[in-house]
Amino acid sequence: MSHSPRVLEIIADHQALEGPLLPILHAVQAEYGHIPQDALPVIALGLNISRAEVHGVMSFYHDFREEPAGRHVLKLCRAEACQAMGANTLATQAKSRLGVDWHGTTANGAVTLEPVFCLGLCACGPAAMLDGRVIGRVTAARIDALAQECGA
Amino acid sequence: MKIYIPGDAAARALGADDVARAVQAQAALRGIDVTVVRNGSRGMIWLEPLVEVETAAGRTAFGPCEPADVAGLFDDLAAHPKAVGPVESIPFFARQTRLTFARVGLIDPLSLDDFQAHGGLSGLRRALGMTGSDIVAEVTASGLRGRGGAGFPTGIKWKTVAEAQATQKYIVCNADEGDSGTFADRMLMEGDPFTLIEGMIIAGIGVGATRGYVYLRSEYPDAIAVMTEAVRVARAFGMLGASVLGSGQAFDMDIRTGAGAYVCGEETSLLNSLEGKRGIVRAKPPLPALQGFLGKPTVVNNVISLATIPVIFEKGAAFYKDFGLGRSRGTIPLQIAGNVQFGGLFEVGFGLSLLEIVNDIAGGTATGRPVKAVQVGGPLGAYFPPSKFQTAFGYEDFDQAGGLIGHAGITLFDDTTDMLGMARFAMEFCAIESCGKCTPCRIGAVRGVETIDRIAQGDTAAIPLLTDLCETMKDGSLCALGGFTPFPVMSALTHFPDDFSRLKEAAE
Repeated sequence: MSHSPRVLEIIADHQALEGPLLPILHAVQAEYGHIPQDALPVIALGLNISRAEVHGVMSFYHDFREEPAGRHVLKLCRAEACQAMGANTLATQAKSRLGVDWHGTTANGAVTLEPVFCLGLCACGPAAMLDGRVIGRVTAARIDALAQECGA
Repeated sequence: MKIYIPGDAAARALGADDVARAVQAQAALRGIDVTVVRNGSRGMIWLEPLVEVETAAGRTAFGPCEPADVAGLFDDLAAHPKAVGPVESIPFFARQTRLTFARVGLIDPLSLDDFQAHGGLSGLRRALGMTGSDIVAEVTASGLRGRGGAGFPTGIKWKTVAEAQATQKYIVCNADEGDSGTFADRMLMEGDPFTLIEGMIIAGIGVGATRGYVYLRSEYPDAIAVMTEAVRVARAFGMLGASVLGSGQAFDMDIRTGAGAYVCGEETSLLNSLEGKRGIVRAKPPLPALQGFLGKPTVVNNVISLATIPVIFEKGAAFYKDFGLGRSRGTIPLQIAGNVQFGGLFEVGFGLSLLEIVNDIAGGTATGRPVKAVQVGGPLGAYFPPSKFQTAFGYEDFDQAGGLIGHAGITLFDDTTDMLGMARFAMEFCAIESCGKCTPCRIGAVRGVETIDRIAQGDTAAIPLLTDLCETMKDGSLCALGGFTPFPVMSALTHFPDDFSRLKEAAE
């Protein structure tokens, strides 16, 4: 299935912005959950830049995905303040509970586990974010409950 | 009945939404008409969710609240087990000087009426009656320095942009300083977004810029939502647009979302990202003040710097300058984080010692164990051992002590912390986040991880190598990412040498 008609609409919605590429990539990802490969030449043509440039920008940023994530994305903070509250141990427990490493998706496609460097919840760590919902003082038991909630 | 339940991300992370639902359910059950205000956080994270009930005698607080505590909020308040009295009487809060954060937690973040009832827009109204050069002079006179970490005088930066000749100038707010252990930007944007908008408008009028952007990190979805809505409300009110508050002067702005690259907190990398490019650092000169966004003169200021502008104009530069220590003028919102008993936001004039902050204000660690180290200034800040806790909180004082105040994050670690592990993490983080433009950062960070691994395996001969590598990164990197990563690494090595020689001793 071609993504281009919808991508063209997204480009048209953002083309008048100063520096439209990041807003376009965010909008495409919001639409599809990732940036489909066939969207890149459409964006390149729309903005009159090379396809390599679009790829270069997309691949520079951690947020943009080439492949769809699992049905849910669980982000665990790896930064210092959360480490001070045991984030490293928690990460090991989460990986073992889900059976994945960082950036991995559970076999049933339910959850993708990702590291994040600071959610600004540094006085109630370890912190996590499940699909945009923030969670503080996360424990192994909480990870287990969240995993169950997501069907993992 | 009016009840305040913070909508701040930290409060939500600790269950504020559940409490809010319980309040609505309880009110419905009792047939009571209740107005719930989702305010910002008062900054005492250990008390979140901190619920405040409006009474005849003023607001009185309860925290940390769980849904089970909600029924009691409708009964005898004095008998409530979670009662902590008025927020203003809690010692942690009472000791503060809240200027930048005066309204955060107090008002409904998206109510312009509330904002104006508490002094909002008075600074802008005063600025609209001044010339651009008087505005810049007022900022210079306040002594305000960049709160993002570099501490560059804000007034001088504005003067450079004001004097530049161009058809278009910009105000860019750097809301992407994702320093671990810091959350002042997030709390300000979620709790009092109009203050930031007001500060950006004053900057625009002062330097002759008509467009502004907030480049906001994607890790703060709540702040993005609040700021986006605040810009819409401000535009509808006439605070933003072709004629700011009917003055005939134009200023408008938009919110842009980052995409998870830490290096984009560096101003030139941020500008590239805003332009739709890879977030690669630019060599300076040219300064962004002369050739910034799209090559035009641009003020790039941190959230807290810009959000402090309104109070300077409301109360005057002299009032603001009166707080502080030495060349560090005004107040600084300390963010006390990590393994801490009383964590949160504490705004105070510069000059407290680290010892007062760690012991008296933060109350030591959450685990109750001794404090081993305190990292000041975010992931690129130095680790301070207790022997250096007499250092006073000021730009110059920290510089002389071999550190930096950075974004004023203060992260506590207890005695179980492995400092070699923290040094390794600093290098690993730099390797992950390096933009790749300069060699000392791109290659140095990778070699740094390997060298620390050698030390961990007992190879003490690698210690001078690590020291040498840090010198190279410090002197040769293009920006603060590679240039400051040696701060946490070298401070860990210098102050905690035992953690770097454990295996060797065990082997012998």
